[in-house]
Amino acid sequence: MTAAPASPALRMNRLISPLVLLACWQAASSAGVLPARILTSPWAVLQAGWALAATGALGHHLLVSLARVVVGLAIGGSLGVAFALLAGLSRRGEAIIDAPLQMLRTLPFVGLVPLFILWFGIGETPKIALVALGSLFPIYLTLFGGIRGVDRKLVEAATIFGLGRFAIIRHVILPGALPAALVGLRYAMGIAWLSLVVAEQINAGAGIGYLIADARDFLRTDIIVVGLAMYALLGLAGDALVRVLERRVMRTRPGLIAS
Amino acid sequence: MLRLRNLTRSFGARLLLDRLALDLAAGERVALLGRSGSGKTTLLRCLSGLDPLPEGCKLQAPGNLAMVFQEPRLLPWKPVWQNVALGLAGSDARMRAEAALAEVGLAGRAEDFPITLSGGEAQRVALARALVRGPSLLLMDEPFAAIDALTRLQMHGLMERLWQSHATTTLLVTHDVDEALTLADRALVLAEGRICLDLPIPLSRPREAGTQDFAVLRRRLLEALGVGDGEG
Ligand SMILES: Nc1ncnc2c1ncn2[C@@H]1O[C@H](COP(=O)(O)OP(=O)(O)OP(=O)(O)O)[C@@H](O)[C@H]1O
Ligand SMILES: [Mg+2]
Repeated sequence: MTAAPASPALRMNRLISPLVLLACWQAASSAGVLPARILTSPWAVLQAGWALAATGALGHHLLVSLARVVVGLAIGGSLGVAFALLAGLSRRGEAIIDAPLQMLRTLPFVGLVPLFILWFGIGETPKIALVALGSLFPIYLTLFGGIRGVDRKLVEAATIFGLGRFAIIRHVILPGALPAALVGLRYAMGIAWLSLVVAEQINAGAGIGYLIADARDFLRTDIIVVGLAMYALLGLAGDALVRVLERRVMRTRPGLIAS
Repeated sequence: MLRLRNLTRSFGARLLLDRLALDLAAGERVALLGRSGSGKTTLLRCLSGLDPLPEGCKLQAPGNLAMVFQEPRLLPWKPVWQNVALGLAGSDARMRAEAALAEVGLAGRAEDFPITLSGGEAQRVALARALVRGPSLLLMDEPFAAIDALTRLQMHGLMERLWQSHATTTLLVTHDVDEALTLADRALVLAEGRICLDLPIPLSRPREAGTQDFAVLRRRLLEALGVGDGEG
């Protein structure tokens, strides 16, 4: 089952080295070894973040970025789930869907940005499309694998006890594939953030990417770091959310390790 | 009730079932014995429709059959009662499931998840899942093998009660000669792809393992299984 949660003492130990690093950074900045033009001090970053939050600008840009990720993930995830169901549940579906998706998958999708700009312009659409495309593949691959990996013996038992095709999909195959799909969701979230960072370099008028680009023009390394920290925090929050989901699902599963 | 003719099944070069025939009368309880790997599970799979019937094979079997597999095969993500009620329709499904659980001695475990059950408990849930639907044909693949001797006696009592209230036709695969002699009207021994012994068990119920007649039948079964005297 799940590994025993780390003891409080161990968790404290894990905090020590990041804190020491942070202290060194602050010391280097204060001593003037690290000029603000290269990287401002943690304290200055905190102040910049606070100031941005106070005007409401930070919240606004955060929401814009979050919305792009959520909408992109929703679209990419839905398509991934739909494709995985079609390919996973029928051999004909696999023949039609799997080959092209596997080919597309090998394409580094951020390379599509120029095409996306030509197709969708420079508004919200190419940004959301990039996030959607990036998150589609991990969801598709893991759910497809999960569906194919469902214990045949359970499917047989359900058949014997009179469950029809749709009942088997609903009560046996989908719950059986869920752990794999959640792993896929975690990958997808990681890729979604990455896609967002790339996408927000496309002439964004709002969002964290815009905040960073704008700060770059004014040499404000403090705000750049605030933006990076926001990306990191959002990524961590998403990951934590999936972990909670995973833990709930894994509670009843034998022999599976929630990582 | 059940009529099977000409079942031939081979895996690779190995002929597992060779033009096998099998008849079960309505309400009959038949034990099927055979060495490990003799094809007992394979036979049940064909009878239950899990494996397609090979060319030339004829099978008549009732539609509402239930099966207890060699492993529990419970859905890990459903609580015990939902596993038992799997495929049951109607608003009383839960009540029926709980009644069946009580019969196998697992009242009070309805809400638990399969991961919390011991091997024997899980197998009893699988038994409840088969019994709850009042099947007219019950196929059981070593259902009591993972259960301790005491609980097994209780399960034997449960089967006797079940057969008294509904005359469920039953095919019981077992490795235990005494279990076959205690429960069945007839014992079959599967070897070399054929039924090499079809032994009626005309003992009166309830049965005692110690009697003379029991010992005679026991010896015949062991001989057919290729086990010398005194073992088992
Ligand atoms: N799908 C399969 N593919 C290949 N070989 C198989 C398959 N199913 C069963 N066999 C082989 O057929 C033989 C009989 O298997 P089966 O499960 O019917 O035996 P059994 O009599 O039920 O044995 P046990 O008492 O150990 O359960 C075994 O040697 C097994 O390896
Ligand atoms: Mg077997």
